[in-house]
Amino acid sequence: MARDGGVSCLRRSEMMSVGGIGGIESAPLDLDEVHVLAVDDSLVDRIVIERLLRITSCKVTAVDSGWRALEFLGLDNEKASAEFDRLKVDLIITDYCMPGMTGYELLKKIKESSNFREVPVVIMSSENVLTRIDRCLEEGAQDFLLKPVKLADVKRLRSHLTKDVKLSNGNKRKLPEDSNSVNSSLPPPSPPLTISPESSPPLTVSTESSDSSPPLSPVEIFSTSPLSSPIDDEDDDVLTSSSEESPIRRQKMRSPGLD
Amino acid sequence: MVLFVCFEQLSPIFLYNSVSWSTLAMNTTVVAQLQRQFQDYIVSLYQQGFLDSQFSELRKLQDEGSPDFVSEVVSLFFDDCSKLINTMSRSLEQPDNVDFKQLDSGVHQLKGSSSSVGARRVKNVCISFKECCDVQNREGCLRCLQQVDYEYKMLKTKLQDLFNLEQQILQAGGTIPQVDIN
Repeated sequence: MARDGGVSCLRRSEMMSVGGIGGIESAPLDLDEVHVLAVDDSLVDRIVIERLLRITSCKVTAVDSGWRALEFLGLDNEKASAEFDRLKVDLIITDYCMPGMTGYELLKKIKESSNFREVPVVIMSSENVLTRIDRCLEEGAQDFLLKPVKLADVKRLRSHLTKDVKLSNGNKRKLPEDSNSVNSSLPPPSPPLTISPESSPPLTVSTESSDSSPPLSPVEIFSTSPLSSPIDDEDDDVLTSSSEESPIRRQKMRSPGLD
Repeated sequence: MVLFVCFEQLSPIFLYNSVSWSTLAMNTTVVAQLQRQFQDYIVSLYQQGFLDSQFSELRKLQDEGSPDFVSEVVSLFFDDCSKLINTMSRSLEQPDNVDFKQLDSGVHQLKGSSSSVGARRVKNVCISFKECCDVQNREGCLRCLQQVDYEYKMLKTKLQDLFNLEQQILQAGGTIPQVDIN
């Protein structure tokens, strides 16, 4: 296992084929393959999340800080990063509490970028602080996972991503104009669901930002996907920004423990 | 003449089969015993609170492709423990110069990683440890530090025994039992 503290476990050659980093001609991207950028300062947590993601058939790049994440995404400098045009990142999953740049700050920077604002960002935290969760969701986080992260949590995220990747043609970064999401503008759901400390809080949020950015974001496509993975009901998923308001949300809120 | 030759050819095969049968029978018993031992041991670790369900989550991530995943992760965890305990010990050394902020950071990290591997007792000590940090109770912190050191070392020994049992099972040709903890 790589311990250089930088980009661990995804070798350069793999990175090349994923995103053509360094301007090298890369193999055609496998659009069905989900690529996740995982950010966590804890080595143990990085190893675990990486394994969780790989076992659910994701390609993973794991980095140990927000700065390295920005560096990987090409967002760490002002000039336009043309060579990152083909960098395909389908999901960014980040720890909240990190020295230097918190997951929240990273989330903001991603949502401010034109290239990656469409990419769903999931926040992980060991602390079940409602105000923290609210803040992240308001900033556009797709979901909030309570640590320790379980296989069921990742499978849930994964099942939505596959459908998302298939529905939108091409690079995550582009607008999925021909996606079959029926969604336009969504009001954010109020209030967030009550979270029990034992299970990961399945939360829903509309990632529709208030600015005039694209009407459709890939995450809204999730609303059309029914839960198919055989996971326990405690971790019931509401990872969706449902276009059909209450019916679908209510349908997914099966867990008795949720308000 | 023909018969004699046939017999000569036949007997080694015959002997081989009977030997392999008894070996097989013996192995099956040995494997079953080891599996039983493993099962009992891991259940006792859960029951005595050394491990919680997150450990069984980690076990789900282990397969033929990554047969040492759990032992590798816990090994990293124990390294972490050792390093953090050293740092925190230094922070607590001088009575009038305790860096509680650094201490808190160390406890937070330890709590996080112990939670991620299912090291329940270690995590619980970290919770108390954090409380002592919050009120800047140096004595309390020292006690917690000592306790966390004890707990991680205890767990390390226990898990080593568990992994040894795993190895024995595999070497005897058996498979590791799936133990469901809920």
